[in-house]
Amino acid sequence: MSKKLVYIYRGFERFWHWMQAILIFFLAFTGFEIHGSYTFLGYKDAVRYHNVAAYMFIVLIIFAIFWHLTTGAWKQYVPTAKNIKAQLDYYLFGIFRNAPHPTKKTVLSKLNPLQKLTYFGLKILVIPLSVTSGLLYMFYRYPTRHGIDAINVSTLKYIAIFHTVGAILLVVFIVTHLYLITTGETVTSNLKAMLTGYEELDSDESPKDQVDEKEINTIIE
Amino acid sequence: MKKIVLLLAFFSLVVIVAIGYLSDRNYEPTIVQQLKQKYSKKYPKDVDHSRFPILQQKFTSPQQVTEACESCHNLTAHQIMNSNHWNWERAEFIKGKGIVYLGKANAINNFCIGTKGNELSCAKCHIGYGMDSTRKIFADSTNIDCLVCHDNTETYAKAGEKGGAPAPGLDYNKIAQSVGKPKRTNCGVCHFYGGGGNNVKHGDLEMSMFEPTKEVDVHMGTDALNLQCVDCHTTKQHMISGKLYSLSSMNLSRVTCEQCHTETPHESDILNEHTYKVACQTCHIPVYSKVNSTKMYWDWSTAGRLKNGEPYEIDDSLGNHTYLSIKGSFIWARNVKPDYIWFNGTASHYLEGDIISDTTKPLVLNPLHGSYNDYESKIIPVKIHVAKQPFDPVNKILIQPKLYSPEKGEGAFWQDFNWTTASEVGMKDAGLPFSGKVSFITTEMYWPINHMVSSKEQSVQCIECHTRKNSRLAKLKDFYMPGRDYSPFVDIAGNWLIILTLLGVLTHGLLRIFSSKKSKKV
Repeated sequence: MSKKLVYIYRGFERFWHWMQAILIFFLAFTGFEIHGSYTFLGYKDAVRYHNVAAYMFIVLIIFAIFWHLTTGAWKQYVPTAKNIKAQLDYYLFGIFRNAPHPTKKTVLSKLNPLQKLTYFGLKILVIPLSVTSGLLYMFYRYPTRHGIDAINVSTLKYIAIFHTVGAILLVVFIVTHLYLITTGETVTSNLKAMLTGYEELDSDESPKDQVDEKEINTIIE
Repeated sequence: MKKIVLLLAFFSLVVIVAIGYLSDRNYEPTIVQQLKQKYSKKYPKDVDHSRFPILQQKFTSPQQVTEACESCHNLTAHQIMNSNHWNWERAEFIKGKGIVYLGKANAINNFCIGTKGNELSCAKCHIGYGMDSTRKIFADSTNIDCLVCHDNTETYAKAGEKGGAPAPGLDYNKIAQSVGKPKRTNCGVCHFYGGGGNNVKHGDLEMSMFEPTKEVDVHMGTDALNLQCVDCHTTKQHMISGKLYSLSSMNLSRVTCEQCHTETPHESDILNEHTYKVACQTCHIPVYSKVNSTKMYWDWSTAGRLKNGEPYEIDDSLGNHTYLSIKGSFIWARNVKPDYIWFNGTASHYLEGDIISDTTKPLVLNPLHGSYNDYESKIIPVKIHVAKQPFDPVNKILIQPKLYSPEKGEGAFWQDFNWTTASEVGMKDAGLPFSGKVSFITTEMYWPINHMVSSKEQSVQCIECHTRKNSRLAKLKDFYMPGRDYSPFVDIAGNWLIILTLLGVLTHGLLRIFSSKKSKKV
């Protein structure tokens, strides 16, 4: 099995990933200050910056959804039950015995089954939970006499608590994610790949890879 | 690789700068500039009263001055005689009690308790001449004291304990010839001294407001716009807008900040949104009694101690009375952070003769209504004045004692220092039953804080309320406030989840390092 340098993360994908990383860090940092966990920027500025960053995040999400739909990249995230056990076995046992990754990383299948499941959960549950509760939080209006009773929300309580839950889940994700970056072929190979776009992959399926790459290129162009 | 890391750093910078740029909106709203222009305009007087011959005559009594006023202002007296400044009462609707006539004439407060039987002393602050227990002066319009409100020489003064008569030796010609719109001095001479001394009652109205700096009040500051009371308390036909809930109960004729500043005066939407539920005063009056102390606690039960048979007083280092034989012990405070309550503009009142249902709890004399769920309610700042005052434990009603009388032996507490006789005489004057027993009960009064507005730079900052510890709104628990409130379950569970995740990846990482070393050795 020979290794070949493959262009696995395209420009927009990397831009999206890193912007998302910056914004989520920033949102978490300002958000937990608003939550009352610590004081750093000052409450007023924390709220101001949090709101602006939230809008930027939403714009980014809209672009990302568009990109995923038009390129067909969304299929990467469809969860599969296949190999889940093998992947779990790898993380629990194989990794300590220097066993090979149970699933092959290819341009068309960049994510292992556990990643698929996690990212699917993020995209379908956690991000929508955070964004929806965040928008409700932002646009929450205290009930007034002149409002429509049926759509009045009488308290911020549940909106705020759900938003906190979303934030905590994201922190848990980030901790795990940051660690699992180091479980690639080498400790830094995953990080390098997300920075440069290129990663050394097993080339036994290389002819297919190249075809796929072309396919993607034509779709994008 | 290096290039991309640099690029990422550059992107982070761009994002953060963009966030800062998009969220920076600090410029003065034009409405404030317009208001400043409007209120700094000076208007010349329409009338020079010194040219009227009738005001140049020799006056021998204040009633003659009033007659002279009324000879031109011949349709004005009835306006005064229908006002609560004259009648010391007005029609108020109180939920559960219906329409009652309420005012200084009959209300019970937790300072000097009530005016009944004490008119000679209390009526120093009545806009009339010569009130006594019979209260007959109300029928005669020449008893109207025009000068106390309209004197612009600042020389007019009332005599003490003469039922509202002027001090001797006044130059009525000079005063009458210089009458004009009321100034801060005219209003302040009564409203700053309510309760028997400077700043006893309100906390936000006191003698530093005669000539305040803008530090004390951003509107009235002589170094700012120098606004007068009547600039906000607009008046039509002697009906002055604004009233205080020590005596009022209806959401009517209130003076609001919004009447000049609109309901959405802030540039920031988040702040404007606060105005749904937070009154302007809540943020813009961070402290009251900025210059002189205000009375926070009045204990009548210690009154009556004598030294060598004589009444005495004890003062603190600032000159505030902490003990007076005639009134009891006091606690004063300065630069006070207000208490905060929900308020919808309506209040109830303890009226004379009301039975106290629970004498073990503090009796609130003027409960202010409101709650988070009430659409009309906003959070307002209040001074809570606490007192211990006499009540009849058998009849379970507050006692209106006779306090003032010019002579000993008439039962007045300030002369004879005997609660039983003072209560007996006082309750008889008030037409209320008295069992012969005097006990003391804790009472509270809520005084909304509306003056001593600070500049926007000094207003209450977000973090003073939106914080877990020592929030200014810590006592208002009927709503969720970001920064102050959280779900303990979610926070604890979340913290554990994060800790366990960290431990998990740490263990996993250590095991990997350990196993890779082992395999290398092999």
